[in-house]
Amino acid sequence: MTETLAETTPHSDEPIPAYPMPRASGCPFDPPPAAQALHDELPVAKVRMWDGSTPWLVTRYGDGRALLADPRVSSQSTLPGFPHPNAGFRENAERRRSFIAMDDPEHARIRRMVTAPFAIKRVEALRPSIQKITDELIDGMLAGPNSADLVSALALPLPSLVICTLLGVPYEDHEFFQEKSSLMINRYSSAEDMIGASDALTDYLDELIGVKLAEPADDMLSELATRVGSGELTRREAASMGVLLLIAGHETTANMIALGTVALLENPDQLAVLRETDDPKVVAKAVEELLRYLTIVHNGRGRVALEDIEVGDATIRAGDGIIIYTGTGNRDPELFPEPDRLDIGRDARRHMAFGFGVHQCLGQPLARVELQVVYGTLYRRIPTLRLATGAGQLPYKHDGLVYGVYELPVTWDA
Amino acid sequence: MRVEVDVPKCVASGQCVMIAPDVFDQRDEDGMVVLLDEKPGAELHDDVRESAMICPAAAIRVVEEA
Repeated sequence: MTETLAETTPHSDEPIPAYPMPRASGCPFDPPPAAQALHDELPVAKVRMWDGSTPWLVTRYGDGRALLADPRVSSQSTLPGFPHPNAGFRENAERRRSFIAMDDPEHARIRRMVTAPFAIKRVEALRPSIQKITDELIDGMLAGPNSADLVSALALPLPSLVICTLLGVPYEDHEFFQEKSSLMINRYSSAEDMIGASDALTDYLDELIGVKLAEPADDMLSELATRVGSGELTRREAASMGVLLLIAGHETTANMIALGTVALLENPDQLAVLRETDDPKVVAKAVEELLRYLTIVHNGRGRVALEDIEVGDATIRAGDGIIIYTGTGNRDPELFPEPDRLDIGRDARRHMAFGFGVHQCLGQPLARVELQVVYGTLYRRIPTLRLATGAGQLPYKHDGLVYGVYELPVTWDA
Repeated sequence: MRVEVDVPKCVASGQCVMIAPDVFDQRDEDGMVVLLDEKPGAELHDDVRESAMICPAAAIRVVEEA
C-alpha cells in the first residue's frame, strides 16, 4: 500500500492552491504571500483556476524568462489548455484574435506592422509634447483647490491623450473607451459584459478605420487602414489591433503613474531623490525600479506547452497551461538584492515587468518616456504632494488584470 | 569583441538602443535592429553585454575575442 503512495508526486497530498492569489492586507505592493511561498518552495506548481483547470504557475525569474523565450511555449489562446483569466476571455479568444495571441511567424508579420512608431527615436521625438501635456495637467491641478484625484487629474488623461494622438482616436470619446477598457480587463467581468465591451470597442475602431480609409491622416490607424486597402489585413483585424493598442496604451501607464506615486509617497527618502534631481539618468533608473517593484501586470502571463518541457524538477506536458508569474520573479534576491525594498538607485533593468520573449511589450519605449516625464515633473512641481487618505484605505485594483488604484486622493500645501 | 545581430529575430523592444546607442540603432520602417559598430571599443563592452542579456528575442550575439 505504502509503495503505491510513494509513487505519487511530491506535494500531491497538498490541495492545489486557487489562482489568482490574494495579496496580504497592509502590503499593497508585495506579491501575494501564497505566490511567494511557491516561489520559495515549489517554483513550478499546479494551481486551480476559476473553471477548475489546473495550469502550472511558474514563479521564479530564471524559469519564467526561459519559458517566455521558448518556442515550444505557445501564446495561442485558442489552444485547449490555455489558461484564461475568466469566461469572457475564453469566449473572446475565438472571436477577436490579435497578435498577442499568435505565435511566430504570423505574430512577427503582424507585430511589425506597428513597431515603427515605438522605435526609440520616434518616441523620443514625442517627449516635448508629453512634457507639455503633463505640465498642462499639473497646471490644471494647481489652478483648483489644493486636492485632487490623481488618477482622473493626471494618471489616466496623460497616457490616454498620448495614445489617442498616436493612433488617431478622438480624445473626446475617452469616457466611452475608458469604461469599455476597464470592463475588458476586470477579472470578474461577466462573459456578457466582457464580450459586449470588446465588441463595442472593436466596432468603434472599425468605424474609425473606415474614416481613415476615406481621409487618411498622419497616425497609426491611417497606417493600418492602408494595410486594409492593400489586403494585408482585414478591416476587422485592423480594428482588433486598434483595440489592443488603445487599451494597452492607456491602462498600463495610468496604473504605473498612480501606483508608483503611492509607492514613492510611502517611501519618502526615495521620493526625495526624485524631487531633488534634474538628472534624466536618475529618473530613468527610478522608472525601471518602479516597474520592477510594482510589476502591475499581476495576473501573470498565460501560455500553453506545445511539447513536453522539463523545468527544474517538474515536467510540463504538451497541452498543459502555463502561467508565468513575474511578480515574484522580479523579487528574486539573486538579481535584486533586498528585493522587497524600493531602491530607485539600483540597476533594475533586467526586470520582466514588460514580459520577455517575442511578445515583450510593444509600447515599452513610450511607457518609459511617459513615466520618466511624470516622475521627473510631478514631485518637483508639487513638492508637498501627499496622500489625502491612508495608503491602506486606497481602492486597489485587486480585481484587475492590471494592478493599480481606482482613485488616488492627494493634497498639497496651497 | 565582435557583435552580431539576427534581424529576423528582433522584436523592436529598443532596449539595446537605450543602453548602447553607439552600437545599435533601429530601421525607420519597422524599428528592427541596425548594427552600427560590429567591433565596439572596450569602453562599450559592458553595455553591449548588457544589451545582449536584456534583448527579449536573443537577437544580439556577442563573440568575445582574445
